[in-house]
Amino acid sequence: MEYSISDYKTTVHNDWCAGCGDFGILNAIQMTLYEMKILPHNAVIFSGIGCSGKTPHFINTFGVHTLHGRVLPFAQGAKLANPSLNIIAVGGDGDGLGIGSGHFVNAGRRNIDLTYIIYNNGVYGLTKGQASPTLKLGVKTKSLPQPNVNESINPIALACISGFTFVARGYSYDVRYLKEIIKKGIMHKGLSFIDILQPCPTYNDINTKDWYQSYKMDENNPSIKIPKIYKLEDQGFDGTVKREEDMSSKILFAIEKSKEWEDRIPVGVFYENTLTPTFDERLQTRIQNYHQYPPSQQQINDTNDFSIADIDRLIDDLKAV
Amino acid sequence: MLNSRESISWVIGGPQGSGVDSASHIFLKSIAMAGLHVFGKREYHSNIKGEHSYFSIRFSDKIVRSHIDEIDILVSFDAETVLRHSPFVVNDGFLIYDPDILNKKIEEIHTLDFSSEYRVKKILSENKKSYDFKGILEELKERGVRLIELPYFSLIKEFSEKIQDHSLSKLARITNVMSLSASLAIMDFDVELMKRGIQDTFSTKPKIMEINTDAALFTYNYIKENYKDIHFRYPINSSNENSNAQNLIVAQGNQTSPLGKIVAGCRFQTYYPITPATDDSEYLESNQIVEQRDGKYGSVVVIQTEDEIAAITMAIGAALTGVRACTTTSGPGFSLMAEALGWAGINEVPLIVTLYQRAGPSTGLPTRQEQGDLLFAVNAGHGEFPKIVYSSGDIEESFYDTIRVFNYAEIFQTPVIHLLDKYLSNSIITCNRFKYRDIKIKRGKFKQIQINEGNASESRFKRFKLGEGEISERVPLGTENAIFWNTGDEHDEFGHITEDPTMRKDMMEKRLSKLELISSMIPIEEQITIEFESELDPGSDTLVLVLSWGSTKGAILDSLFSLSKERKQTQFLYIQVKLLNPFPGKVLEKVLMDRIERIKKNTKISSNFLVKTVVIEMNYLSQLDLLIKQNSNIKADYNLLKYNGRPMSNTEIYDSLINIIENKSKQRVILTNGV
Repeated sequence: MEYSISDYKTTVHNDWCAGCGDFGILNAIQMTLYEMKILPHNAVIFSGIGCSGKTPHFINTFGVHTLHGRVLPFAQGAKLANPSLNIIAVGGDGDGLGIGSGHFVNAGRRNIDLTYIIYNNGVYGLTKGQASPTLKLGVKTKSLPQPNVNESINPIALACISGFTFVARGYSYDVRYLKEIIKKGIMHKGLSFIDILQPCPTYNDINTKDWYQSYKMDENNPSIKIPKIYKLEDQGFDGTVKREEDMSSKILFAIEKSKEWEDRIPVGVFYENTLTPTFDERLQTRIQNYHQYPPSQQQINDTNDFSIADIDRLIDDLKAV
Repeated sequence: MLNSRESISWVIGGPQGSGVDSASHIFLKSIAMAGLHVFGKREYHSNIKGEHSYFSIRFSDKIVRSHIDEIDILVSFDAETVLRHSPFVVNDGFLIYDPDILNKKIEEIHTLDFSSEYRVKKILSENKKSYDFKGILEELKERGVRLIELPYFSLIKEFSEKIQDHSLSKLARITNVMSLSASLAIMDFDVELMKRGIQDTFSTKPKIMEINTDAALFTYNYIKENYKDIHFRYPINSSNENSNAQNLIVAQGNQTSPLGKIVAGCRFQTYYPITPATDDSEYLESNQIVEQRDGKYGSVVVIQTEDEIAAITMAIGAALTGVRACTTTSGPGFSLMAEALGWAGINEVPLIVTLYQRAGPSTGLPTRQEQGDLLFAVNAGHGEFPKIVYSSGDIEESFYDTIRVFNYAEIFQTPVIHLLDKYLSNSIITCNRFKYRDIKIKRGKFKQIQINEGNASESRFKRFKLGEGEISERVPLGTENAIFWNTGDEHDEFGHITEDPTMRKDMMEKRLSKLELISSMIPIEEQITIEFESELDPGSDTLVLVLSWGSTKGAILDSLFSLSKERKQTQFLYIQVKLLNPFPGKVLEKVLMDRIERIKKNTKISSNFLVKTVVIEMNYLSQLDLLIKQNSNIKADYNLLKYNGRPMSNTEIYDSLINIIENKSKQRVILTNGV
């Protein structure tokens, strides 16, 4: 059967605000799945809580809208039990880097083959605009009573040092480019992280679409306009680890690059490393048939419903004599 | 006081990390090889090294299910053990000790607790003895306790010369084996069985095995030569018992539940380290390759997560793919899991939480016993959703119950909390080999294929279909033609978010009507079990009705077996409540009414026949009694409670029931035994 892009869409009414950056991400995910020919029933979108959490309901694949901050452990559990599923986890910056930051860091230690996308807008939208972990210190978005008193988290840097093996950033209004980044993330074998700059038109009146898409004048030549957002590859940046001994320096480059903000904001792939074994590969060394016979595929009863397990040997270990 | 003579009680104690565990393993294994029945329990501090720990073992040629407070043989390798436990040595019992303790001052034992210090002080002052080890030994001797000196240092020295190995510091580690072999010598125990017990304990370390065997034989002979006149009055009869031993296994609670999980088909388990639950996951991970009857190999993926929230949510994620999944924890971890439990409830996910209770609240007593989480388990999670809470009364039961709870979870598509506790986890029993081949795996309305019903464009699946009863068909993530959604929000039939008032009402009713379904579908004998029932006796005038849940079962049963022989005028009926939510109040009422009627009919004085209802549990509020009151018209006359962190002993339950029978008991009895 031929699939069309519409097969990846549901008829569920979308209640995001007009002009929300989330639409671009939703479109990019749907296009990615379609272009990669991932059949709807072979994909599962997991999400956290918040506006971004509603994403799975708009995509015609399996969708699991989980708890606030817990999207990664839900998604990892499913992938470990059934490694053949294509799993994308999505959530907001508050969800993933505030309440869920422990899971973010520890997911990096495992390097399970799935893609995690953060819709990063600096605010908690659905609860009406409180400061999120990525909002910069001293910034006062419109519903804050006072300027933000906390330092911000740098998601790219945190992902790099936590052990994510693919770390990238996209911008939600550049859907075409974003789609390519998500594709790369999905194709990457291991845990990929994509930080998506996503203006919240309702509550973030600082980092708006206009702000992201603004230019600055070249100091030497005022006729040259330098766009705020630029692509890493256009500067010849290459974050791919080709030899194990380059791992640390590549991480340092990526972190250094991720610090750019205000005038110049890079998007693209900051870091990619396919040398670190995935969790599946690590499990495979303990359980030789893990891939062919993962937990979800295991037969546990015979045709008469009796257990298929034979624990005689284990019981013998406990024998009194 | 309870007569311990039908069984023998042996206690070994020492600082944590000094070999108490391996010594007790050798002892236990040797005794079990002799075809005897054993019950052992481990008590320890939340500490790595240095604090006092002990292991108490009770054995008999009859089944033993619990510990008693009295000690027949106390084996010590430090002064603190003598201080803490010698008051419980019976008058003709034995104390094995290092005479070097006479050089120790009580004040210098910094790990001693107030309770033990107070107890010893009181005994010594009542008997006009000095407050030191000399005084303690004198008091023991006066009341007939046989004192067996084991001068460890000089014995080790002598032994090292004998085997030509002079590394005394290394040899210091054999004090535990020396002390235990001394106790076996007193009992005139079969040397060959002792050797085999040692071999079994150190089977992977041949060098250590050899030196321990030699040291054990050396000490055994030392005792035989130096204490010729001492005879243990209760010889161990192991002669023709060996046939019995062939069918017995020696099992710990933290092995039996994971064994049940393997049979049940649990192939995914998560955990975050916590006492006393971790051993369950470690056992499962150590045995993660599963032999199948068809010659293939399955496996259990066991994941240590970053916290308990990840543990439960990861298990839920796995369960959505169709695998039978479980997470294992204790009270503090379970507290963190409450939110996710509700997610599993609203999304109708079969999930098992094995909850090994320990004393709370907060960190509480991390290594001690309590049944304080019953009401929390029943009520955990905000909002309303169906939840099964099921508990096991002993180690053997926990194996079979584990298989049951996995069936419940899938049949009713809802989370199940399997309540176990520290006492079960860290106790060890002899029991019959598990018979598991005729137990069925029931997966309810789970299916792995969805046929496309003609409409090619419809890839969606009504996971929460209304109008077809409480339970809908369930398919795993990844099933073709069966795309569904899950959400923690209220959902429609496909699993999409809804705030529609009618849909909300319908979904609430679909989910919560499962509670009635559960009550009606789980067989009554799985909801409550009649554990003990006296033979009908026309001369009886009183019925003592005991109600309990969980691990107090062993001590209650051991008490009732003695009491029913001694108190012919009294009838005994003991019911264990296993299904705690939904609570079988009506079932309990009916079973009790039937039994009481039958007993009354058979007595001569049915008009004045007295029923004394006793609820026994390890908590302050009498949580089971609260559930009974809430769900039935049964009224408890007595509550036997305990919350000092030490499990209820056979001794104190026996004594308390005697007081109740003799009308000497208060309504609320707080038990306080235990070191």
